Amino acid sequence: MIIDHPLCGPRDAREFTVLGDAAWMDRPDPAAPDAAEAFHAYACLRANPAGVTRELWWHEHGDRSWLVVTRDTLSHAVLKVELAEDVARASKAAR
Amino acid sequence: MRLSALTLLREAFSPERTPVWRTPEPKPAYRVIIVGGGGHGLATAYYLAKEFGVTDVAVVEKGWLGSGNVGRNTTIIRSNYLLDGNIPFYEHSMKLWEGLEQDFNYNAMVSQRGVLNLCHSDAQRDAYARRGNAMRLHGVDAELLDADGVRAMAPFLNFDDARFPIKGGLLQKRGGTARHDAVAWGYARGADLRGVDLIQNAEVTGFLREGGRIAGVQTTRGAIRAGRTGVAVAGNTSRVMAMAGFDRLPIESHVLQAFVSEGLKPIIPGVITYGAGHFYISQSDKGGLVFGGDIDGYASYAQRGGLPVLEDVVEAGMALMPMIGRAKLLRSWGGIMDMSMDGSPIIDRTPAEGLYLNAGWCYGGFKATPASGWHFAHLIAKDAPHPVAAAYRLDRFRTGRTIDEKGMGPWPNLH
Ligand SMILES: Cc1cc2nc3c(=O)[nH]c(=O)nc-3n(C[C@H](O)[C@H](O)[C@H](O)COP(=O)(O)OP(=O)(O)OC[C@H]3O[C@@H](n4cnc5c(N)ncnc54)[C@H](O)[C@@H]3O)c2cc1C
Repeated sequence: MIIDHPLCGPRDAREFTVLGDAAWMDRPDPAAPDAAEAFHAYACLRANPAGVTRELWWHEHGDRSWLVVTRDTLSHAVLKVELAEDVARASKAAR
Repeated sequence: MRLSALTLLREAFSPERTPVWRTPEPKPAYRVIIVGGGGHGLATAYYLAKEFGVTDVAVVEKGWLGSGNVGRNTTIIRSNYLLDGNIPFYEHSMKLWEGLEQDFNYNAMVSQRGVLNLCHSDAQRDAYARRGNAMRLHGVDAELLDADGVRAMAPFLNFDDARFPIKGGLLQKRGGTARHDAVAWGYARGADLRGVDLIQNAEVTGFLREGGRIAGVQTTRGAIRAGRTGVAVAGNTSRVMAMAGFDRLPIESHVLQAFVSEGLKPIIPGVITYGAGHFYISQSDKGGLVFGGDIDGYASYAQRGGLPVLEDVVEAGMALMPMIGRAKLLRSWGGIMDMSMDGSPIIDRTPAEGLYLNAGWCYGGFKATPASGWHFAHLIAKDAPHPVAAAYRLDRFRTGRTIDEKGMGPWPNLH
């Protein structure tokens, strides 16, 4: 599997470790009244789609940046690679 | 027909093959439908009929019986667990394995050739001593071997490796292997003989609802109604349960690969696992070395893995038993597993009335097949869990009662 890193170009997936579902970037508000329920869903429940999914990958043996990788779990095709930083900034701006 | 040496001889010389089970048309309704004709679904149907007197049952399978993980695994059976929620359950499974062939009158080639986990440091030996003691406290057999004890069993291992010398191992003599396909076939035949309809090539595409409850399934061969519906679809759990309205579960699907060498003369005495890397190996009755290691690490439904894991596994194999470098790799494949958030399974009712779930088996569900079927059958027949499987609740992640053997937390790719 080749990850097309936005800064380093195409890199072998072996240079990366996978954290998992990119939903991990949207941490619930710990002060919200439904925080216990929200954190349970955040930590333990997964959509686990058969098809397109977004995951956090870490370029451990590279520039050590965090990436959001959009992949197809049925074919292993990598569809899109973004810097997690950019994704976080964009979602903050949208809010 | 009861199978025996005589029937084997007669069938061998008969020009016609007697089918082992019927291929019935689905009836409009059953008391119980089991979705998934893998090991767990077939075992559930078998025990429903045999132990709990429920014979009006259909198993609905999208492909052919045993086309999923039950025919893709590396066939290891064992009950060497550490935690209270797990040990009695897996030991129940081991006891069922020990009487299985007589029970369902089919040769499943259950072979208690021993499972040996090697340790390579003092800390690891302490951890194994603790695990062995936990097993013994539950009445499970466990022996702690020193390096000489291991040497007597497997002299070909790389004992004096500078980085990871072999210091000993934890041995469960009653562990071993079984012929995976035959386990599926034996349960299928036993269920069929007791009146269970095995419906193949029928993919479940939706659930029937009546008020708030689940009242059966929609399949590619039509709608089938049922009083109670049990789902046992392993790696496809999230897909199937989403159709019942459960779009988020404590499960992520991952691919695990297995590798087999050419057939060789008997050399590996049982199952051996490496303690310093992810590698385990046994030898099939045909002579092939059967081995594997870690999951690939990223979510997958593709039923195939990548080369990096092959390299990892082979490296660990070479470190542990350098002679393996002389064997030729014949085949490899992947299977999709339902990795749960604590590495332990789920056998429970669901919030939807009439719907029951059996899932989260990770890479260790083959050994659980008999007990999983038995306890899922108990749950469905009585609408209540048996105490031995009562800890496998769906809501344990909310309540904090997780059963995390590795102590990893909610990281499915690390269990
Ligand atoms: C490479 C590998 C090695 C393994 N090694 C071991 C081992 O050594 N020891 C061990 O204990 N465990 C092992 N496992 C794990 C074990 O194989 C599984 O946990 C276990 O087989 C899962 O239960 P099952 O047999 O019911 O699954 P499956 O055989 O996968 O059954 C699920 C069935 O559901 C069907 N299905 C899915 N969707 C639908 C639908 N919509 N409608 C109808 N039917 C559907 C599938 O076609 C399939 O037949 C291994 C797994 C793999 C992949």
